[in-house]
Amino acid sequence: MSLLAHSLPALLAQAQAFTPPSGSEYMRILPELVLSLFGMIVMFVDPLLDEDRSQKSLGTIALIGALAALASTFFTAQYPGSAFWNMARVDGFSVFFHFLVIAIAAVVILSSYEYMAVQRIRAGEYYGLILFGTVGMCLMSSAVELVLIFIALEISSISTYVLAGFRRHEASSSESSLKYFLLGSFATAFFLYGVALMFGATGSTNIDAISHVLRSGNVPVLAYVAVALMFVGLGFKVASAPFHVWTPDVYEGAPAPIVGLMSTGPKAAAFAVLLRVMFEINAPGRFWLLWVSAALSMTLGNVGALVQDNVKRLLAYSSIAHAGYLLIAFAAQPDLGVSAAMFYTAAYAAMNVGAFAVVSHFANAGEKYVTLEDYAGLGRRSPMLAATLTFFLMSLIGIPITGGFFAKFYVLSAALKADLVGLTIIGVLNSALGAYYYLRIIVMMYMREPRGEVPVTPAPPATGLAIAVCVLATLYLGVFPGRVLDLATQSASQLLRSATTIGATLPSSTGPAQ
Amino acid sequence: MESLSSIILSLITFIPAVGGLLILLIPRRDRDIKVFALVISLLAFVASLHLPVHLHRNLAGFQFEIDKPWITSPNIHYHMGVDGVSVWLIVLTTFLTPLCVLISWTSIHERVKEFFILLLILETALIGVFTSLDLFLFYFFWEATLIPMALLIGMYGHGRRVYAAVKFFLYTMVASVFMLAAILWLYAKTGSFDFDTVQNAIRSGTVENFSGAALWLFLGFFVAFAVKVPLFPLHTWLPDAHVEAPTAGSVLLAGVLLKMGTYGMLRFNLGLFPEQSRHNAPWIMVLALIGIIYGALVSLVQPNMKKLIAYSSVSHLGFVVLGIFSFTNAGLNGAVFVMLAHGVATGALFMLAGILYERRHTYEISDFGGLATPMPMYAAFFLFIVLASVGLPLLNGFIGEFLVLSGAFQARPIYGILGATGVIWSAGYLLWMYQRVFFGKVKHEVNQTLPDLNVREKAALWPAAAMALLMGVAPILWLSSIDPAVQSALAPFAQLAGKVVGQ
Repeated sequence: MSLLAHSLPALLAQAQAFTPPSGSEYMRILPELVLSLFGMIVMFVDPLLDEDRSQKSLGTIALIGALAALASTFFTAQYPGSAFWNMARVDGFSVFFHFLVIAIAAVVILSSYEYMAVQRIRAGEYYGLILFGTVGMCLMSSAVELVLIFIALEISSISTYVLAGFRRHEASSSESSLKYFLLGSFATAFFLYGVALMFGATGSTNIDAISHVLRSGNVPVLAYVAVALMFVGLGFKVASAPFHVWTPDVYEGAPAPIVGLMSTGPKAAAFAVLLRVMFEINAPGRFWLLWVSAALSMTLGNVGALVQDNVKRLLAYSSIAHAGYLLIAFAAQPDLGVSAAMFYTAAYAAMNVGAFAVVSHFANAGEKYVTLEDYAGLGRRSPMLAATLTFFLMSLIGIPITGGFFAKFYVLSAALKADLVGLTIIGVLNSALGAYYYLRIIVMMYMREPRGEVPVTPAPPATGLAIAVCVLATLYLGVFPGRVLDLATQSASQLLRSATTIGATLPSSTGPAQ
Repeated sequence: MESLSSIILSLITFIPAVGGLLILLIPRRDRDIKVFALVISLLAFVASLHLPVHLHRNLAGFQFEIDKPWITSPNIHYHMGVDGVSVWLIVLTTFLTPLCVLISWTSIHERVKEFFILLLILETALIGVFTSLDLFLFYFFWEATLIPMALLIGMYGHGRRVYAAVKFFLYTMVASVFMLAAILWLYAKTGSFDFDTVQNAIRSGTVENFSGAALWLFLGFFVAFAVKVPLFPLHTWLPDAHVEAPTAGSVLLAGVLLKMGTYGMLRFNLGLFPEQSRHNAPWIMVLALIGIIYGALVSLVQPNMKKLIAYSSVSHLGFVVLGIFSFTNAGLNGAVFVMLAHGVATGALFMLAGILYERRHTYEISDFGGLATPMPMYAAFFLFIVLASVGLPLLNGFIGEFLVLSGAFQARPIYGILGATGVIWSAGYLLWMYQRVFFGKVKHEVNQTLPDLNVREKAALWPAAAMALLMGVAPILWLSSIDPAVQSALAPFAQLAGKVVGQ
């Protein structure tokens, strides 16, 4: 109570000394502005075009918007610093995630071209929602004010809730959308409650101020509860156990390119928020939360995938398992763990979006062909696409020369440096376990006779380009991971430096060594 | 401009893969693809001959080294080098691959392009395993052998090929993640993946917490290698994989892939963890002996020729492990020699079995009988290779087995005695198989008109037979380079204690 009384005069003083944001502050949210602008353009143009020919044009506008946002991210990187009364910050960390999330959106838009035409879905709101959702995801990574994080979280979530239900003629799609909406709102409420408790504990919702309080040695008990509640909300978004139960059903019903978006974009953004919340503010009591969640996610995800027949559900469970591998990096020391986690989100995005792009091509009209049986003999009937899917699956297994291998490698190295031997053993065992179900798909494609009734068409240029981009990204991260890892390490050090320079006097404790 | 000696290893390693990728550009004309694959594999073989010719026999340490930083964080180097042991394993690989191409000329009709691409990529991965001196690079090539081999078995094999391929892949992969954990632990503590650096760090005692973790590290590496060898009781993937694989797959599997395991034991288990090797040698030698005898006895009762040869591999590789963990000069020299001799002889055996399969589409011994009459030349080659495998003096099998047994005897007489019985059993199952298949009257009408070897098959078999003879009468040509490497591998053991293992 006294905290509130103390901050009230400060707030009033601030309100009186109001200065409008400067131009450079608007520069710092340029990507979000560009994305919103193009989203609105898509929405405005949609009713002006006739339905049959609108899909291609709207998709192109959306793609141009995504590419423009990508370009503006480079531009924004020239203006590091805070914006809007220290609510948003541009630093290496946020630029990394901006680039990643917008690239994901661009590739998903590319792979949706064919999907829209085949499934006969109205394109306007679809592309608009993707762009608006991306705004939310971008903002999540640059926000340093918990309330702004919440707003961004909601922007990203609500657009994906609607996108999940876009296959209007399938009951499963509506089910997945509703399920996602209800459970997601519930989880976000937990997050909000956590934010409120954090305000009560530290007197501010600004990450810098919270960090100051929590590093000063006198950590209020309420902060522990706040961190736990925030973890519940964010854990839901990244599909980690025990908050993972929505994932298979939602992924099964949603349109396949959207699953590609959902499994990588909001996940990356949520991990960015987790990185800020856990590491920058030095959240107390986080070690065992992360350890247990990582171990459970890996195990439940892999075990669940073993018995799946539906490729989308299988990849959903694999998504849970990969969230587990990522969380291992969180349990490690910050200096290595943050960069490992950032690299993992990038590698995972490349391989997963690619895999779902191939799956959405093979699925055909009405997404009829998404079971393992339907993939039989595809190695013969569609060799190039089957080869790319095999490549993505190899990356998910973690075979060398792919980005997925180095991602797991960095995470496990970080864990071993921090003496987390038990978690590493669980990680490698799960890796081996995971190979089995990815292998099933490869075996189906190459070592079984093809089924005649599954129609196989060559991939149109847009889908081909999307898949090619993902293959190149995965290969690049697998053969020359150094460059990206260096970027991640620099960004990570900026994140941690900005935390520790906010008046830290005591060395921060990062959890008990195992 | 780099000197030849620093780029030769990269050339040898990557020529096959580059060739394989070039095959992608060749249009689907089967004959052109096969000729191109043959040319590429011969090119790699010729390039690899540079190594033993220019190897300095008496220099300790690794030669033809190349060490370039690849990734800065973590600290991974592109570090390759060979010594007397790995040089010959590389030559074995490049020797067997052209023979594999020749032997698959007519037996692969569908998806020919993919077959040869996979074969060449597999060759690159195999050579890479033997040349890598960076733990990470080693693991990279080790895992890289899995997918091509699994696809070769699963796409081009026989009846139960999918089961065999998946079993092979999962078995080997699960075992090698333990090796990955050990490698990562070593990296976390020493900050480097470089073999020499890690070895020096362990020897000088600068690795913190090493004594507590040493046993687990040893076992982590050992499990991965034991599955590959295969050491009893982790051998159950081998019979299925061998029987269901296409001929070329079996030749490379038996000829080279199994040697990855024994090479790993020699290089990493003995090289990095000499104390733990000595402590654990008793039970490892016992398992090796069980493998020798059990493998031989099970071979004796096999009705399927390929399965018989597969179990004989378990038996022969038991000799190798026995030799390695005897920690004697003779034992280690013999172990490396058996690796090479087995590669040639058993590779040839699988080629011979494949030649017969192409004619009759069966491996069952009971379907044959009296084949010496319609196929005398084939019978002659078969007898020659069988005698090499049995260990007849003047052929390559004898040298290796003799050295291994003398080393095992020095370690503990009972090991030598039990191991020697393995020679008797191998004579038993191989000669009995030969008698049932070739001697006596022709049992089935259809066998009367079987064609004898054609030019291509002879071209594939002559080199193997010539090698078996040459290695048997002039083993010094190989041992002169193997021995120095073996001596430097054994140097830490002489220091550990004057005692031999088991006491």
